[in-house]
Amino acid sequence: MANRVLLITVALVFMVVFLVLPLISVFAQALSAGLGAYASSIADPNVQSAIWMTLTIAAIAVPANLVFGVCASWCIGRFKFPGRNLLITLIDLPFSISPVIAGLLEVLLFGLNGLLGGWLSAHNIQIIFALPGMVLATIFVTLPFVAREVIPLVQEQGNEEEEAAVTLGASGWQIFWRVCLPKIRWALLYGVLLCNARAMGEFGAVSVVSGKVFGQTDTLPLAVESLYGSYEIQAAFAAASLLAMLALVTLVLKAALEWWHRDELHGAKRKKAT
Amino acid sequence: MTTEIKISNVSRGFNGHTVLKDVALTVRPGELLALLGPSGSGKTTLLRLIAGLDAPDAGRITIGEDDATSRHPGERGVGFVFQHYALFRHMSVFENIAFPLRIRKSPKPFIQTKVAELLKLIQLEALAQRYPAQLSGGQRQRVALARALASQPRVLLLDEPFGALDAVVRRELRRWLRRLHEEMQITTIFVTHDQEEAFDLADRVVIMKDGGICQEGSPIDIYQHPASPFVHEFLGESNHIPVLLRGGFVRGSDGWELGQAELPDGAASLFIRPHHVVPVPAAWGSWRVARVSATGAQAHLTLTRGAMSLAAAMTADALLESGLQAGTAAEIRFTGGTIFAESRSGPIRLGQGLSLAARA
Repeated sequence: MANRVLLITVALVFMVVFLVLPLISVFAQALSAGLGAYASSIADPNVQSAIWMTLTIAAIAVPANLVFGVCASWCIGRFKFPGRNLLITLIDLPFSISPVIAGLLEVLLFGLNGLLGGWLSAHNIQIIFALPGMVLATIFVTLPFVAREVIPLVQEQGNEEEEAAVTLGASGWQIFWRVCLPKIRWALLYGVLLCNARAMGEFGAVSVVSGKVFGQTDTLPLAVESLYGSYEIQAAFAAASLLAMLALVTLVLKAALEWWHRDELHGAKRKKAT
Repeated sequence: MTTEIKISNVSRGFNGHTVLKDVALTVRPGELLALLGPSGSGKTTLLRLIAGLDAPDAGRITIGEDDATSRHPGERGVGFVFQHYALFRHMSVFENIAFPLRIRKSPKPFIQTKVAELLKLIQLEALAQRYPAQLSGGQRQRVALARALASQPRVLLLDEPFGALDAVVRRELRRWLRRLHEEMQITTIFVTHDQEEAFDLADRVVIMKDGGICQEGSPIDIYQHPASPFVHEFLGESNHIPVLLRGGFVRGSDGWELGQAELPDGAASLFIRPHHVVPVPAAWGSWRVARVSATGAQAHLTLTRGAMSLAAAMTADALLESGLQAGTAAEIRFTGGTIFAESRSGPIRLGQGLSLAARA
């Protein structure tokens, strides 16, 4: 009994210190100078531009990784081919590489003195220190999220349902939309949510390739850092609170979707009919 | 409207390993046929080839009038029921059954009536809105069957349809499937490794081993006249006694005369079913009853004599009447058996009065 109380206390304290308090303090700091100051820090054109940058990058990176994740998991889950294990390892690469290195790799590739830099500048294409580079860096860093969620599920589920659909007369397209995709939709959703959270919160890789032109190539996390660096504490926390809110909205959305589809999700746990 | 299936010289290998070798089989219109064999015998592969889920390396498959060998599975008019049901987990029972109709863009009112009809057929009207995870194994199997029937197939293929169910549900579902088949008369093939199931359900049984067909025929025919030691052993428990043939006489390894058979000289195997072994209590008998067990109406005995051991079976009533129990000394009579010689095989009727011990 004493052990149980102890364990629960440890877990609770841990959660409060590492999760709840920081979250509360973000909002407390953001609102420390009152609602008016909070609103005006967010209305600041530089912060506004950072918000748009963040949303734009996520809006490109997340769908890109969604498509990649579905294709990769389908290939890996369905087929045995040479290099399959290498592919699985490669998908994990962004997890094991520091984001800063990822950013540097991109500079080395697309930068002025980089491998493709000469060709790019000759054709007037700017990738580094601009949106394309930041999108690429974000895609790289968030690449494993969707694929990692979906691959084990595809492997576990097997392809009997698809075979059944084939014998029932479905075409390849019909099978994909009516069977394959719905089968993995929950894993996809989790993957997309995680991918989105990371895409919006990514700092290191984006920081290297952005060049940090305030008001132009700033994302929210970069803005938080630069505001904080220039001792605009309250404004920094106001921007941070937006990121925190994005996270909260994501969680609420996930919970709502799970509740909405609870019948299908928890069917197995229910009593069977008599 | 019943359809014949013709399989001509079909072979299939995976990674250099032959799974089916030159298989030829004709399934008669409206027949309920069982493919029976141990795992690895190629029976499921054959079923998948008929469905078009896999393509043969050689040979032809004809369904009705059409050469189906290279047809898309969806165009073959087959309904396939998978061992693990393969229900669409994200769809309700209703939507699962409606799937083939929606795929074909059938009008909504038609789908409503057709699915309602099928739900009634499988007696699951009340569970139309449930999801597969909320159903029992037997219910899932019936939904899978209804879904396969919804596209009005010419041929129904079932892969180990009762494999994952418990004994009571299995027997019930078997009877139900048999009735259903009698009503609908769809040519049906099912795969099983359970000989009782195959014999109980099928009009005709095809026994497979190592990618080939060993024997086909009616259940009674196969049971009475097994074509090989493999079939004999596969169809249920049997006693195997190595024997020698000389001048038409069958002798045990130490010279007991067991009977007569018109077979060439040489080594052979004698197979005797437990119910063809009749022990009779006898004070001078050289056999001992080592073990008696009764499962309901049936009693099983193990008889030993030196290193030799035989299984016998009789009704529990007969056991009581005979007075046999563990430790009793006994004589043995054989009332039937099959002898397989190296070159030729055939059943022999053993003399009623013949006993192993008497010739010791």
